[in-house]
Amino acid sequence: MNKIPSALNIGIRRGGLEIRQFARQRESVVFTLLFPVILLAIFGSVFKDTIAPGVTFSQYFVAGMIASGLVNTGFQALAITIPMERDVGGLKRLRGTPMPASSYFIGKAILIAVSMLIQIALLFGFGLVFFGVEMPTELSKWLTFTWLVLLGSACSTALGIAFSIVPKSGRGASAVVSPIVIILQFFSGVFFVFTQLPTWMQQLAAIFPLKWLTQGMRSVFLPDSFAAQEVAKSWETGRTLLILVLWLVIGVFFSIRKFKWDRD
Amino acid sequence: MNVIEVKGLKKSYGQVHAVRGVDLSIPAGEIFALLGPNGAGKTTTVEILEGFRSRDAGQISILGFDPHSQGYAARQWRDRIGIVLQSAADAGDLTVIETVRHFSRYYSNPRKVDEVMSAVGLEEKSGALIRNLSGGQRRRLDVALGIIGNPELLFLDEPTTGFDPEARRAFWGLIEKMRGNGTTILLTTHYLDEAEALADRVAVINNGLIIETATPAQLGGRATSQAVVSWRDGSQVKSEATDNPTAVVTDLSVHFDGEIPELTVIRPSLEDIYLKMIGGADE
Repeated sequence: MNKIPSALNIGIRRGGLEIRQFARQRESVVFTLLFPVILLAIFGSVFKDTIAPGVTFSQYFVAGMIASGLVNTGFQALAITIPMERDVGGLKRLRGTPMPASSYFIGKAILIAVSMLIQIALLFGFGLVFFGVEMPTELSKWLTFTWLVLLGSACSTALGIAFSIVPKSGRGASAVVSPIVIILQFFSGVFFVFTQLPTWMQQLAAIFPLKWLTQGMRSVFLPDSFAAQEVAKSWETGRTLLILVLWLVIGVFFSIRKFKWDRD
Repeated sequence: MNVIEVKGLKKSYGQVHAVRGVDLSIPAGEIFALLGPNGAGKTTTVEILEGFRSRDAGQISILGFDPHSQGYAARQWRDRIGIVLQSAADAGDLTVIETVRHFSRYYSNPRKVDEVMSAVGLEEKSGALIRNLSGGQRRRLDVALGIIGNPELLFLDEPTTGFDPEARRAFWGLIEKMRGNGTTILLTTHYLDEAEALADRVAVINNGLIIETATPAQLGGRATSQAVVSWRDGSQVKSEATDNPTAVVTDLSVHFDGEIPELTVIRPSLEDIYLKMIGGADE
């Protein structure tokens, strides 16, 4: 008698399958992966000013684009596509097999991580060549960048899976999820300089992870002198880590306890 | 030991008592059909047995497991059963073979992918994207995914809805083959002829209770019920309900001195019996 394959083994296979499916939807591949680059092109062309000595808006915006890319690719995509999978019966069918829930989640996490890596590479490439975006040179900044991407990606995946229980149907999912993400992006200082937003907006944004991810990315892409211009006069790296971990725990908890495999 | 053993199963949704005390015993290797109108408690019963719904009361043992098992026990149980649900339309961007092969990785002792592909008649479509399959081909893929794990027990929910007659015949052949392998099958269907062609025993469920369990030939006293003999006498079509159709035909044969015009002898069909049963239960 053979053993039932492990959750990790099935999860990795699911990751491969998810990537294959994603790659075959050509329109959405191009749009998803190039969306941050398109936004950078638009904003970089409109706002030519510097927002501080040696800090162009493009530089500020790259930090925001990577952070919100994490939210778009993970949270938004999953909270919309999972209800669609549920609608057509795909999730219920999986539920009827020996595949454990964790394998399904691992598969999604792999898809999001890979898609995020490609997005970042594209954003760096276009940013460097066309918009004079400067890359950090210190190793410590790259380390911060690495844990921010990993933690942000995990957090966004977990919250997207958790939030997938909210939309009643796949058809209505986009209408529920997209406005939340767009408002969050405005409030969190992705499109505008965060300190120029009204105080109440800043405080509301501080509850959610996107503000912290964006601020963390600024600590990577902006000179350390810019920290003095943040709300707290510092990058608040420790607090960023804490809040992202907290949201990750919340996301994982609800994903495991509340995930819906079936419409009713 | 029976593959499925259910005693006193109950389930309510608020004030609605969907299942009011169902008992079932299904031995290994049997094809068992559960019949009943919509809203009779059929789907609720089957979904509880499949582990998709919780129950309010009753004992269930399926291959020795409680379908409400969690964690590794649930995986061990699901490793030994197969479920063909009413049409799933996901994964349109994968090919047939990719999907079947992927699902085979979920199980400890899967059947060979090629073998399953040919069993469901999809070899020629193995490289096709799922979204380009016809309705009947998709259904056959559903079945392929249900049997890839080499299940000891297979749940088949309305398996041939939307099939043309030829495809249904082919599908019945496939189920017959599985019977030969000793697979136990719990079938729900709206087609009485399908139940008659496939099932060793049928149960009729209505208002949350099983009214009767019998072989298709014996359900509702069908085997012993009166036959109707009808024939043409001049311009009139006459008929007679009788317990002794042979005697009636013999008499007629004498009366007509040989060939009886437009002779038919009809026993009630499974459908007639079924409709009478569920109609009677409503009163």
